[in-house]
Amino acid sequence: MELFNDLLFDYTLRTVALGAATLGLVSGALGSFALLRRQSLLGDAMSHAALPGVVLAFMITGSKSPLVLMLGAAVAGILGTLLMMAVTRHSRIKGDSALGIVLSVFFGFGLMLLTFLQRNPDARQAGLNTFLFGQAATLLERDVITMAMFGGGALLLMVIFWKELKLLSFDVDFGASLGFSMRLLDILLTSLLVVAIVIGLQAVGVVLMSAMIVAPAAAARQWTDRLSLMIVLAALFGAIAGVSGAMISSLGSGLSTGPLVVLAISAIALLSFLLAPNRGLVWNWLQRRRSDQNLRVRAVLSNLYFLAQQHDNPEHAHEATVLQTMAFGRFGIQKSLAVLTDLGWVQQVDQDRWALTPAGAEEAERYLIGG
Amino acid sequence: MNKKYAVEVEDLTMAYGDKPVLWDIDLHVPEGTLMAIVGPNGAGKTTLIKTILGLLKPAAGRILIYGRPYEEQRKLVGYVPQRGSVDWDFPTSVLDVVMMGRYGNLGWLRRPGQKEKEMALEGLEKVGMSKYAHRQISQLSGGQQQRTFLARALVQDAKVYFMDEPFQGVDATTERAIVALLKDLRQAGKTVVVVHHDLQTVPEYFDWVTLLNVRRIASGPVGQVFTDENLRLAYGGKVNFLARSMGAETAAIGGAYPRPVESVQQGR
Amino acid sequence: MTTSQIEIQLIAAVVAVACALPGVFLVLRQMAMMSDAISHTVLLGIVVTFFLVGSMESPLLIFGAAAMGLVTVSLVELLNKTGLVKQDAAIGLIFPALFSLAVILISRFAGGVHLDADAVLLGELAFAPFDRLDILGLSIPKSLAVMSGILMLNILFITLFFKELKLATFDAGLAAAFGLSPALIHYALMGLVSITAVGAFDAVGSILVVALMIAPAAAAYLLTDNLSKMLGLAALLGIISAVGGYWLARLMDANIAGSMATMAGLVFLMAFLFSPKRGLVAYARRRGRQKWEFAQTSLAMHLMNHEDTPAAVDECTVAHLQNHLRWQPEFADQVLLKAQRRGYVQRENGSLELTDSGRTLARQALVR
Repeated sequence: MELFNDLLFDYTLRTVALGAATLGLVSGALGSFALLRRQSLLGDAMSHAALPGVVLAFMITGSKSPLVLMLGAAVAGILGTLLMMAVTRHSRIKGDSALGIVLSVFFGFGLMLLTFLQRNPDARQAGLNTFLFGQAATLLERDVITMAMFGGGALLLMVIFWKELKLLSFDVDFGASLGFSMRLLDILLTSLLVVAIVIGLQAVGVVLMSAMIVAPAAAARQWTDRLSLMIVLAALFGAIAGVSGAMISSLGSGLSTGPLVVLAISAIALLSFLLAPNRGLVWNWLQRRRSDQNLRVRAVLSNLYFLAQQHDNPEHAHEATVLQTMAFGRFGIQKSLAVLTDLGWVQQVDQDRWALTPAGAEEAERYLIGG
Repeated sequence: MNKKYAVEVEDLTMAYGDKPVLWDIDLHVPEGTLMAIVGPNGAGKTTLIKTILGLLKPAAGRILIYGRPYEEQRKLVGYVPQRGSVDWDFPTSVLDVVMMGRYGNLGWLRRPGQKEKEMALEGLEKVGMSKYAHRQISQLSGGQQQRTFLARALVQDAKVYFMDEPFQGVDATTERAIVALLKDLRQAGKTVVVVHHDLQTVPEYFDWVTLLNVRRIASGPVGQVFTDENLRLAYGGKVNFLARSMGAETAAIGGAYPRPVESVQQGR
Repeated sequence: MTTSQIEIQLIAAVVAVACALPGVFLVLRQMAMMSDAISHTVLLGIVVTFFLVGSMESPLLIFGAAAMGLVTVSLVELLNKTGLVKQDAAIGLIFPALFSLAVILISRFAGGVHLDADAVLLGELAFAPFDRLDILGLSIPKSLAVMSGILMLNILFITLFFKELKLATFDAGLAAAFGLSPALIHYALMGLVSITAVGAFDAVGSILVVALMIAPAAAAYLLTDNLSKMLGLAALLGIISAVGGYWLARLMDANIAGSMATMAGLVFLMAFLFSPKRGLVAYARRRGRQKWEFAQTSLAMHLMNHEDTPAAVDECTVAHLQNHLRWQPEFADQVLLKAQRRGYVQRENGSLELTDSGRTLARQALVR
């Protein structure tokens, strides 16, 4: 397909796709911990809180280099998180309110700074668009390399401290009792998350970062019960969504990459919720239907047996309508009879009458009495 | 002092903000004892365990394990937290949880290997959960979850164990299995301190008991300390409730404050 | 001040109060982040309604957007109920998806229309006076009219259902026992939040709706324990944030909405630090004072515990205090001095004795 050809040879598409894939990979993996620790919305708050950091970084250094701006974003993100923790620890304000306050106030402050900087109070002209929605389309190769380096570093740290992070996420008290500093680990994990977010801000912008933290992990969780596999899957889903978004966006319909990536990952999540074995909703529905079916078949078999007993002949035939009145749920008699016939436990005697076969009688006895 | 004390707590005071939760607690647990900590809700039992383990910072007091500060003796201590303190939907297997018991010995960064895995399997064997080793923890019953936590603590290979309400919400079989396990541990010379919620079973399961209600009401061998009088002091007629409802002078209550019956063996 | 300026401040104040009222319940019910979600998904509601109705001026837009708010809440509940993800994750999954859908629909099918995604997010209060409505011969800004209507609606709802809201917020079980459906109240509240968000986004944009809903209410929560007072305070603090924010924006020549949010944050910070009962400063001061009282009571209790026991000889000495109570020598000395001065403790050659008043002090501590 031409699209895939472009993917390999078109510089822009390749760069954007790689950038989106990197972002998806890193935020998918690190977002898994946030999901498991019920801090899913932390990503949302941190990415909004990053705005004043970016603006201040520019104001202080005068440089627009992505590295500097990312550093500003990271500092602001961490500061926001620390403030949230302080507020919840030292007052009766709960976590969700603290999140909301930091998110909106920091962002508003950033907005104020930005417009102040440009001496233009009109936010729409402030170039905020790129911060809000990212500018994946303008990613350069060296941007992607920077993203990959920082993202890779974060992932490396995650692997190195794997068992400690697992302790932190699963059983904080037990981990602390072993002598590990849970507070240091918390700061480490938060910092890794900040790196993931800061990388992603460039590509998909503020509003959609929270999805990239939550959705890949939520999707991955449905497919596996092993943490290591979950992280890998989340990274994979994130990367796939990133590349898909980039590719669709390049089809030239004027759609920007960010929202497309988010829709892609949301679709993956939805499919996971529906189709995953064991946890998936469709799977569960099918299981239930199958066991309901099983029950009905058994009921028909048993009823035939009871009826036959009244005639001292286990193979005495009865009409289907009789069975129908005896069964719970009027439907499915014919279906059950068909299944029983296939199993060789029942045979059709004439047009409307059915009887147990010897094997069927045996099975009925086994089911009802012994076994 | 010829008897070795596995756990010594002295003058422990712990407060949340300005509300005291533990006042001036003294505790001396001889080695090889099976001790229950009982008291009404809010009496500070879990707080006591958590403070001993260094999870909370006390306002005053000190804690010694085998005569040395707790921080130096972590490897000698095993912990079974409350079952409800953890999200059992976490994606991990029973074996994996039990292996966490070895993390303390591994220290930072080192990865668990074959040796840890074998120790974990042994631990599971001891609690009768061998065939659940690869089961996802969300699929466990309450009793099975509790056993998993126990196996994890066993694997820590400690000399002193602290358990927080291990019998809460488990089936009868598991309860019997846990009691058997505790008695085995005592047999092996270990010391076990258990926050217990069921007064009925204290005399049957434990040798020693501590009655706690913010203050230590009494502590010692069950036979001597687990009396009606002490129970009344710990549970019934909480002092403040009595004082207010009867409009009595606090001094009057104070005057009627008898000294709890304690074991003579408590001496130092 | 020109009429325009007055009008802008008026609109800002009305928006702030309209947001603060439902915001109080969001804070109390721990649903703050739902306001973030709803304020983003209303965009989709607007887009869909626009496609159905064909015009950006239709009043139906508000209802469409509000309906989308309710849809958002329902979807989150639904997802949560499946047990596949927890509630915070459900929120974080649904609103970005819906918002992205909206953005894509806009850029694909509504390109020519005056509907900008960032307009929704950011709003522009400065232009509000230019969009006017004629009501009863008076020309007033459209946003003022709309927002005032919404404010009336909020006030009406909260006044009418005050008891029910109060009960459902603090004791859902009891409310259900009384036949009040907590679910109904929940959805009604969320409907209000949606309507308010839609009305407000024109002025301040959705992200800052969150600031005006949560920050003043949270600040009020730190200042009072009474629900009615909390509502009033939240409204007042909201007005301060709004008007203060306006002047800050004028001073710095910056975006009004951003300044309002910043001001709301400052208001919250003030409450967090200086609230007379719950502020950090008050708390620190109380702790400082309490440290001494606490220590003296500890000392009295300690002595009471150990007097008349064989260990009294060891436990009731000065040296023991430093050693076993983990008190620094200077601190221990100070405590002892204060206790002696107050007549709680007597010193008899190196050993400490509790006086009668000291004993009373110790016993009173038990009576909490």
